[in-house]
Amino acid sequence: MKNSIKHLLFFVSAVSLFTSACSKTDSNRGALSSSVAEDVYVAPGEHDDYYAFLSGGYSGNLTVYGLPSGRMFKEIPVFSQFPTSGYGYSEETIPLLNTSHGFIPWDDLHHPDISQTEGEIDGRWIFVNGNNTPRIARISLSTFETEEIIEIPNSAGNHSSSFVTENTEYVVAGTRFSVPVPQQDISINEYKSNFKGAISFIKVDPETGRMNIEFQIILPGFNYDLAHPGRGKSHGWMFFSTYNTEEANSLLEVNASQNDKDFIAAINWKKAEEYMNAGKFKVMPAEYAHNVYDEHTHSATSVMKTSVRVLDPADNPGIVYFLPTPKSPHGVDVDPTGEYIIGSGKLSASLTAHSFTNMKNAIDENRFDGDAYGIPIIDYDYSVGGTVEQAGLGPLHTEFDERGNAYTTFFISSEVVKWKVGTWEVIDRKPTYYSVGHIMIPGGNSRKPYGKYAVAMNKITKDRYLPTGPEMEHSAQLYDISGDKMKLLLDFPTHGEPHYAAGAPADIIKPNSKKFYKLEDNKHPYAVKSEGETRLERDGKVVHVYMSTIRSHFSPDNIEGIKVGDTVFFHITNLEQDFDVPHGVAMIGANTSELLIMPGQTKTFRWEPKKVGVWPFYCTDFCSALHQEMQGYVRVSAENSNIKLSWTLDGE
Amino acid sequence: MYFKKTVFVSICVGFIIISCTKLEEGSKTSTKIDNTPKGQASVVDEESDRNILQIAISSDAHTTLVKAVEAANIEHVLVNAGPLTVFAPTNDAFNDLPKQLVDKLLKPENRAELSQVLTLHAAPGTFDIAALTKAAVKERDLYMATGHYLSISNSNGVITVNDAKILSTIEASNGIIHVVDKVFLPNPKNQ
Repeated sequence: MKNSIKHLLFFVSAVSLFTSACSKTDSNRGALSSSVAEDVYVAPGEHDDYYAFLSGGYSGNLTVYGLPSGRMFKEIPVFSQFPTSGYGYSEETIPLLNTSHGFIPWDDLHHPDISQTEGEIDGRWIFVNGNNTPRIARISLSTFETEEIIEIPNSAGNHSSSFVTENTEYVVAGTRFSVPVPQQDISINEYKSNFKGAISFIKVDPETGRMNIEFQIILPGFNYDLAHPGRGKSHGWMFFSTYNTEEANSLLEVNASQNDKDFIAAINWKKAEEYMNAGKFKVMPAEYAHNVYDEHTHSATSVMKTSVRVLDPADNPGIVYFLPTPKSPHGVDVDPTGEYIIGSGKLSASLTAHSFTNMKNAIDENRFDGDAYGIPIIDYDYSVGGTVEQAGLGPLHTEFDERGNAYTTFFISSEVVKWKVGTWEVIDRKPTYYSVGHIMIPGGNSRKPYGKYAVAMNKITKDRYLPTGPEMEHSAQLYDISGDKMKLLLDFPTHGEPHYAAGAPADIIKPNSKKFYKLEDNKHPYAVKSEGETRLERDGKVVHVYMSTIRSHFSPDNIEGIKVGDTVFFHITNLEQDFDVPHGVAMIGANTSELLIMPGQTKTFRWEPKKVGVWPFYCTDFCSALHQEMQGYVRVSAENSNIKLSWTLDGE
Repeated sequence: MYFKKTVFVSICVGFIIISCTKLEEGSKTSTKIDNTPKGQASVVDEESDRNILQIAISSDAHTTLVKAVEAANIEHVLVNAGPLTVFAPTNDAFNDLPKQLVDKLLKPENRAELSQVLTLHAAPGTFDIAALTKAAVKERDLYMATGHYLSISNSNGVITVNDAKILSTIEASNGIIHVVDKVFLPNPKNQ
């Protein structure tokens, strides 16, 4: 008996030992338990499952992250000069930042969207918009470089872009600030009669991705905020949220919040195409830059366009309808089936889901509630398919998973709310830290979401990281959304201010990533294909240096005969044909940045030497064991000197 | 009695171990860190120009050299960014060495010594034939990765390094390979 008690005690203690020994791997699957760490752990040398492309906001750039690790892999310069690569500084890329206002070396990058085929993300390109000086850029997801930027005329505050239709037929742009169209010198008080909102449909070439503004639709002078494409049954339509239907031009925080409902503009772009084909457009003078980077010449060109084709909805009925939507909607998001169009009225407590089927029926049955500037307003009670009541405060944006769930961010109540499409019931809510803006699920704006993770992009950081003075990078938060309840996994810092993001499974993008540029395909006019071709040429006061790099020297590396007053163009070709072996170059006193030159690529910087002397240049990228030896000298003589142009490498 | 208790303890402990093992197997992420000693040499890249190791592996005349590099565990040196000039002795060159010396060097316990011998065949920098010719004229010895200096001479256009003849030259992405007919061995003469 005594013994059995002893045994029992021993057994109990053994079991409790077992429990405590194993609890670390089994219990407390909250934000602080070690199992959560495992969920985001990507072992050294292993790859993440997803790419995430986060808008860089006022940095003007796009950042590339891995999920679930939250590691940043690359910052892609788009609208801003970027000394890390020489983007916007090299002679080849300066034309990319040309606009009708001249060279603009910065913009506010907002909403990335990945190209789609049949409603699914295809990983070919990513489109982003510049908000300030209206532009749309296309980035290759093979080179991860900006390939094209097109300016948007008649637009200001290019916010409701750059969203693609389900076969990337178009990328769209809508103006946040209505302006006089065409621009003219009038009183701001004439807003209501003279200010218009232009919506642009930019055709995308299915092979090359090249963009062309196919047409603009001129709408009333509201603020056009965000947009999303119809898909599936609603393919052929594009939906734009609006606010300031009051058409206020001052103190909008009060004056643009007067109406109970603003509108979602539903645009039937297939119908618009019919009118275009029937010649129902007007050609309007306009001035906008179209800048294209050629991967083979490694150079960009800028062409100024002089006109745009415009459709007036008054003359072309059936292309635009307004869906009344409560209180200044921000996000306008379409579920994967294409049936529901979710308006997030940012001053409303509930979400409005318009039904595409109901909307079509209302149009067919003329269920209109008047019109705005001749554009029919669909009766709210007919188009609405459901509402998510009292879901939270300050809804902004909704993404979807493939299981019929929607995830909406609420700025004011700082939370992500999961709800069911169709039943409109709230399933789960999780706090975000703090004041969340947008949310992203890979493929969450497509017919085929990959609902494993959601990334919430927060506006306020406060105490989430070690403090870094008054300015903190914004924080993103990663949730596991694969279960019934969302699970917060990770905080990670983002760069600039992410307004939106797009994501894709790694397998869609990874195999197409380019390793290097083939030297034989290099068609840059100043390229050299071997050290034997390196040389200098003088044309009056302009000197062209045809230079090469290979581990670990420049050729030539000794140059004489340059004079004060010359303009010297260094055209540097990296002769390497090896993945991840760039060389850099920097010249003392050059009023530009260094350049980073990828294998097989040619880049050019301009140097206008102002002082007599012998001036060194060097490789800025730790290219090899003898990187520190990779340098050269340029002798600069007086303007009237007779020193002849000469160049050598190792004395030859 | 004591025996019974011991068995019981063993069973309990066994239960704990088994349970824990099962749980860990069930956890999602494998935390296995496989930092292979080959380092960069394990990178798969079929597109870039071939590096020194890839060229050596593809050469029928260098199977002994490749075997030795693998035995010395220094593959990563030959795929590094370099630049390196590698003097690659042919199989015949290795055959000219005493057999017992080669066998001895290939033994695991002599890995450091083997590594030293092989590293003596690598010079930091890219020395093509023109550069070696120039070095011979200027009587510049070649500084090797081991810290030794090797002499270069030019007899009627045939370059020899440390008495080894250069039979052919191949450019690699991370440097240059000169195929030679002798194996360099560290000895006081070279230092």
